Amino acid sequence: MSKMEKRFPTRISFRRGQVDMTHGSGGRAMAQLIEELFVRHFDNDLLRQGNDQALFTPPPGRLVMSTDGHVVSPLFFPGGDIGSLSVHGTINDVAMSGARPLYLSAGFILEEGFPLADLERIVSSMAAAARAAGVPVVTGDTKVVERGKGDGVFITTTGVGVVADGLEISGTNARPGDAILVSGTIGDHGVAIMSSRENLEFETAIRSDSAALHGLVADMVAAVPEIRSLRDPTRGGLAATLNEIAHQSQVGMRLSEDDIPLRAEVDAACELLGLDPLYVANEGKLVAICPADKAGPLLAAMRANPLGREAAIIGEVVEDDMGFVTMETGFGGTRIVDWLAGEQLPRIC
Amino acid sequence: MKYVDEFRQKDLARKLAADIRREADTGRQYNFMEFCGGHTHAIFRYGVQDLMPRNLRFVHGPGCPVCVLPIPRIDMAIELAERHGAILCTYGDLMRVPASKKNSLIKAKAAGADIRMIYSTQDALRIARENPEREVVFFAIGFETTTPPTAVAIKQAAAEGLANFSVFCNHVLTPAAIQHILQSPEVRDLGQVSIDGFLGPSHVSSIIGSEPYEFFAEEFQKPVVIAGFEPLDVMQSTLMLIRQVNEGRFEVENEYTRVVTPEGNEVAKDLMAEVFELRRAFEWRGLGDVPYSALKITDAYAQWDAEKRFVVTKSTGTDVKGCECPAILRGVKKPTDCKLFGTVCTPDNPQGSCMVSSEGSCAAYWSYGRFRIDRVKETAA
Repeated sequence: MSKMEKRFPTRISFRRGQVDMTHGSGGRAMAQLIEELFVRHFDNDLLRQGNDQALFTPPPGRLVMSTDGHVVSPLFFPGGDIGSLSVHGTINDVAMSGARPLYLSAGFILEEGFPLADLERIVSSMAAAARAAGVPVVTGDTKVVERGKGDGVFITTTGVGVVADGLEISGTNARPGDAILVSGTIGDHGVAIMSSRENLEFETAIRSDSAALHGLVADMVAAVPEIRSLRDPTRGGLAATLNEIAHQSQVGMRLSEDDIPLRAEVDAACELLGLDPLYVANEGKLVAICPADKAGPLLAAMRANPLGREAAIIGEVVEDDMGFVTMETGFGGTRIVDWLAGEQLPRIC
Repeated sequence: MKYVDEFRQKDLARKLAADIRREADTGRQYNFMEFCGGHTHAIFRYGVQDLMPRNLRFVHGPGCPVCVLPIPRIDMAIELAERHGAILCTYGDLMRVPASKKNSLIKAKAAGADIRMIYSTQDALRIARENPEREVVFFAIGFETTTPPTAVAIKQAAAEGLANFSVFCNHVLTPAAIQHILQSPEVRDLGQVSIDGFLGPSHVSSIIGSEPYEFFAEEFQKPVVIAGFEPLDVMQSTLMLIRQVNEGRFEVENEYTRVVTPEGNEVAKDLMAEVFELRRAFEWRGLGDVPYSALKITDAYAQWDAEKRFVVTKSTGTDVKGCECPAILRGVKKPTDCKLFGTVCTPDNPQGSCMVSSEGSCAAYWSYGRFRIDRVKETAA
């Protein structure tokens, strides 16, 4: 610090303070918020340089890039919060190409009056998630909107990653005969969010499954580089994801209801609310499609990772130019698993 | 899931399916109307039709409260929110039901009306308590099952002196509707719909009991089996109907004995009688004006009756041209008989009410059975 004027005579009070318009104005208050909150928590060499962009040399391979806006309500829920979710969500979107995620950026839209204590809690959770994942937040932006024009905080994150040569993973690659796998129980995130909404007065022990899946993906592609498709079934749940892939690859799918992993509590909560767990969001699960003869090794690789412990083979890709996803029900009949119409519950991620 | 999985077991389903196939007379056709949307949903959701013999058809009845609500009532609800500035509290199912002029609650909400999706009457009361300066209207719909909670809410509002709360009452009655269907010309004279028996309502019957069905089982000589909403209930009840038909009986039988008693829930019935009285007639989508088929709030609770509290225009809105919801609700047509089905009318862009609710026949056909319909068309072509 030596001879330079001390930039900020008093520190921000994160205990009592709240966001005001000056925090987005480009002035000293904004600089102080960036330094005492964002840089302090996200702390890394690239961010510390204080430039408007992060400069880095990418490793060899093909680059992938993905972005995701997060508007979840409530901001804090069992098993996570908007901060950790915004890190996991984008890391997963990058990783579903088989990539190793490298860096994240984060854009915050803050509402005037939002408690700084909550903001710090969110940023600290985000930083912890990024650190645990080994994917630093290297650049960012903060804007403040007037009271009533936002809902506390919205976070948009963008991620870049690099895909090793030899991997060709895409939603367009599913072929008839391929096996369909899921990495664990479905519907946990959506039900956790619902149970923490104040107007749904039932309490469950269900926690969001929010998690970064790039480690699991790395194990999977190491064991079976022939994986055809990977996707994380977030909004719209497993049903939407399978319909997307069926549509992209122009194939049909046949599932077996009995083989789809589902927690008894989630099943019961869905029963109560009249929801179908196939349509409920996940934030720490992935769907994988691979050649049938690789399904065994892939399942073993998934189960060897803590995030894939409850992985299962849930069905197969079939020839069908109409692109229908059907399911043999636990009851012995057959039904279609359609796209979600309308919305089950808004603002879950 | 304890208490639920027992009613969804595959091996029991196979055994029941075998019994049904064995006992159904191959020389005749069995047409059974499941009155409730809950049954329709279970039949599609679990693929029950797959397990039935070819000569057994389920005719999907009008027992979906969202589907039978006529367009004028939705128009009136929108007016309550838009013109009278009330906070309109509604169950989520109603949000996308088409109203007049391509409007709907969800579109009215987007255009600025204060319409809130709630999960119970208690949410509506809470909103009224939290907004004492605003009028709060609960959009009450449903059969006898959802009526007692509305009665409780009105009594609570009265006890609390909650002056800004009122109910837009659209509660309808099941036995009147079944009787109306049986008396309709299509069933009685024209023979367009042949109904050999009814899967009787499950949750509704838990309130009203099994006795109210005795009259029309006798009068119209149709067997009724009160059936639970689980797929095994549906199959067991179907078997019971087959036996009645084969033996020439037309009795009210109760498969759902774990919940339904002959006299029903006396406490709930007393509550309903205290707060509501019969309307002389009420319009049902598909059935038209059905005499004594709905409830209104009694004069003693007039203060909490939105229809008395606000002056609401009587809308003359009608269904979208070409929409076959009315005939589908009467069991005269199947969803696939409608020209709009799957073309302009899908769950994402519903033209008629049957495509909105998951209990509606069209939505059930589309969401769970479409692949089968398309296959049939392909083979036929």
